[in-house]
Amino acid sequence: MHSPLNISQTDPRPMYLQIKEQIRHRVAVGDWKAGQEVPSIRALAAAVRVSVITVKRAYLELEREGVIVTRHGKGSFVAGGLELPTNLQEQELDEHLAAAARIARLLGLSDEELLERLEKVERSMVKK
Amino acid sequence: MIATTPAIELRGIHKAFRFFTLQEVSLELSPGQIMGFVGPNGAGKSTTIRILMGLLTADAGHVRVLGRAMPQEQALAKRDIGFVSDDMRLFGNATLAWHMKFVERTYAKWDSRYAAQLLSRFNLQAEQPIKGLSRGEHVKALLLLVLARRPRLLVLDEPTSGLDPVARQEVLSELMDVLQDEDRSILFSSHNTADVERISDQITFIDRGRIVDSRDKETFLERWRRIELHVRDGVKLPDVPSVVDVNGTGRVATVTTNYYTPELHRIYERAGVEIHEVQRMSLEEIFVANVMSSRKERAR
Repeated sequence: MHSPLNISQTDPRPMYLQIKEQIRHRVAVGDWKAGQEVPSIRALAAAVRVSVITVKRAYLELEREGVIVTRHGKGSFVAGGLELPTNLQEQELDEHLAAAARIARLLGLSDEELLERLEKVERSMVKK
Repeated sequence: MIATTPAIELRGIHKAFRFFTLQEVSLELSPGQIMGFVGPNGAGKSTTIRILMGLLTADAGHVRVLGRAMPQEQALAKRDIGFVSDDMRLFGNATLAWHMKFVERTYAKWDSRYAAQLLSRFNLQAEQPIKGLSRGEHVKALLLLVLARRPRLLVLDEPTSGLDPVARQEVLSELMDVLQDEDRSILFSSHNTADVERISDQITFIDRGRIVDSRDKETFLERWRRIELHVRDGVKLPDVPSVVDVNGTGRVATVTTNYYTPELHRIYERAGVEIHEVQRMSLEEIFVANVMSSRKERAR
């Protein structure tokens, strides 16, 4: 059985999104491998202690994004295809960048200032 | 077919008391789902539950539970219903083991193995007399006695009120476990919106004897938003039907909508109003906003 996911009540993201992103992360890093069966909706709901409808919504979106496939009467599985992990990691990166861009807009930073900051962060990481 | 019969069906229930009236209460719960029944104190939660359990007779309307008419067929229906309310008391001088034997003799579906599991998961001592139990242990003992009967429907009136955080988690876990079986359903009332938000599939809000809103949880959370607007001098806020509350008179206005769509952005843009931030709302915030706007609506 897979280790259950962690849902935080102080995380501003809705619960279905937390579930979705944690599953995507597990697939991206290769903990959940292509073809592997994922827990049933009801089993995961019970393990994580969230409603069935919330897990169902996360699974529906993961299906739509091609991360998992559901075979009727057989259960849900991690989608096949070798290109998937890098793809997902890129998707994850894009989401972090989008979040950074949103904050930059709130702070009133220009595109150049945002880029400068990113370069500065990269330089500081190289030093370490 | 049994499987498609709603677990609970209330239609147009009326019940008048001297100082309180339940009006037009309709509810439906499908098998395999949890419904959170939320309302302020005195809203009519317990009255509704007592009507659906056949403990009170409605003045008008009809009630079916697990396909049985209530209160006429309550003896049949109750074999498959587990009911716990926070004012129930077990016999203080008897032990929990005595109560377990008592229920086992009455209900053919009693599952002794499950009862033993629950005993250890709830950290209860079977040989301890009931009067020595804490409030949390008492609630867990009541729950054990109904859960081990494996009822198809659980009706729980405030099951988590007054429980410490650890006991609350134990109870919520057990409820979720019940739902692994697609034919079982749970109705639980609460004013703890955090518990409701976490485990409910369906949510019903009740206030002053009337149902304010009832739908699936994801729809609730998806539709309600708080939006912060920047309004320049001389610009008037457009009238939007889905906006239930407007706050602020200066350049920053906060509106609450019960039906957020991208169309809203276009409406405000066209009116020359800038959307500064769109925030999701917690179930508690949605509940309060919903109740306030329905009270305003009714006062008109």
